[in-house]
Amino acid sequence: MSHDLKITPLHAAHLDAGGKMVEFGGYELPVQYREGVLKEHLWTREHAGAFDVSHMGPCFLTLNDKTGDADADHAAVSAIIETLVCGDIRGLKPGQIRYTLMLNDAGGMIDDLMVARPVWPSRQGMLYIVVNAGTKEGDFALIEKAAAGRATLARADDRALIALQGPQAAAVLAGVLPESAALTFMHHRRIDHEGFGLTVARCGYTGEDGFEILVPQPIAMEFWGRLLADARVRPIGLGARDSLRLEAGLPLYGHDADATVSPVEANLGFALSKRRLKSGDFPGAARIVAEREGAPKRIRVGLRVLEGAPAREGAPITAADGAEIGVVTSGGFSPSLSAPIAMGFVPPAFAEPGTALKVLVRGKPQAAVVTAMPFVPHRYVRNA
Amino acid sequence: MRFTKDHEWVEVDGDVATIGVTAYAAEQLGDVVFVETPAIGKVVKAGDDLAVVESVKAASDVYAPVSGEVVAANDALSGNPETVNQAPEGDGWFVKLKLADPSQVEALMDRAAYEAYLGTL
Repeated sequence: MSHDLKITPLHAAHLDAGGKMVEFGGYELPVQYREGVLKEHLWTREHAGAFDVSHMGPCFLTLNDKTGDADADHAAVSAIIETLVCGDIRGLKPGQIRYTLMLNDAGGMIDDLMVARPVWPSRQGMLYIVVNAGTKEGDFALIEKAAAGRATLARADDRALIALQGPQAAAVLAGVLPESAALTFMHHRRIDHEGFGLTVARCGYTGEDGFEILVPQPIAMEFWGRLLADARVRPIGLGARDSLRLEAGLPLYGHDADATVSPVEANLGFALSKRRLKSGDFPGAARIVAEREGAPKRIRVGLRVLEGAPAREGAPITAADGAEIGVVTSGGFSPSLSAPIAMGFVPPAFAEPGTALKVLVRGKPQAAVVTAMPFVPHRYVRNA
Repeated sequence: MRFTKDHEWVEVDGDVATIGVTAYAAEQLGDVVFVETPAIGKVVKAGDDLAVVESVKAASDVYAPVSGEVVAANDALSGNPETVNQAPEGDGWFVKLKLADPSQVEALMDRAAYEAYLGTL
């Protein structure tokens, strides 16, 4: 493996556990462990899986000159980030997390990200932000430029970011961090552990209940080991992370969205804040408002592939008559459904669930049907 | 049984060669979820694409170790692709080829040579 690759604080644990290491986003990470993608995927759906997602881009953006007025300071730091994203950051309540989209002036997606407001009154005027691995350098630069000296971005990607996902994740984590039990979906808090502060967020990328936990480097290995010591937890590689998020209908930036794709095209309209749409004060608002009122040229849909091989990224999508209308952007075999599933872009006229289409796999047409996502129901815990 | 560097195996009976992927290949692929085999009657040259084997994560090509005409394909794999993992060098066979040139088989590695090759990977 190339020594240009970065490693995470948990690297040695992956080697010990038989992780099959691959390059991903500039990091050497396990694509799977000894059991393989299929078993790791199903284990996460039935029990709890621990994922090393330290390659991602967590950071804290903190106002330089706080007034001490919690709401005013939150509004001030939110105003900085809102110049880049289409979500309502100002309206976040303490502890709340929002999924939002960073946009360019043409209304295309620069990234998708999580933005969270701290719980503690003393920490208002700060935002916890997590961006994607492959885009983090550019994102951090854009945030710093938008801050223009009024706020300071502190990278936290030297820490371990651990996702614990699955129906038993909450019970497992409550045994290590009792305060985590009070969190509900899309809420976070700082929890002290062994003399260090952990940032614990109830969210994830699998469709299951679960957490993403930011752990300082000195206790990262110990914390990972503590989770894995629980018989309900197994380590899960990037392969199953991808098949889990595909079943959950969640887009992967760089595949199901890129700088040309608008939030409306990506079928992420829920991430457009009503307040922001009304004021039109985010990058690319003109295009996005027009697409909402009219129709986008293409839209991201889910597909069940009804016969033959899995349709993977790049496979053409055709109408029933064989005319090429779109392309698969993510696809594979769904371990939970024991069938191939995919997502891709088609014109809105072909986007209604139930529409019969075809996918071309190695040139061979195979029957497919537009399917509402998620393919496997989400099991988020909205009330603790 | 003879082997290729691409981890296919060949077992000859008369002028028909049965072809599959090795235990090492099956282990590397992980859980096989789909196998695409060629149509009966297809004529392939050594090195041509012969079949495709898919795991959850990726599709991998299986090459023809020798030249010949496809006389049988393992239809049982369509309902039970996991047979490739369970018995890669047995019931998990992919294709039977009528050999165009039996001497091509002799040029492939025997088990001792293949295992020595695996030791270098």
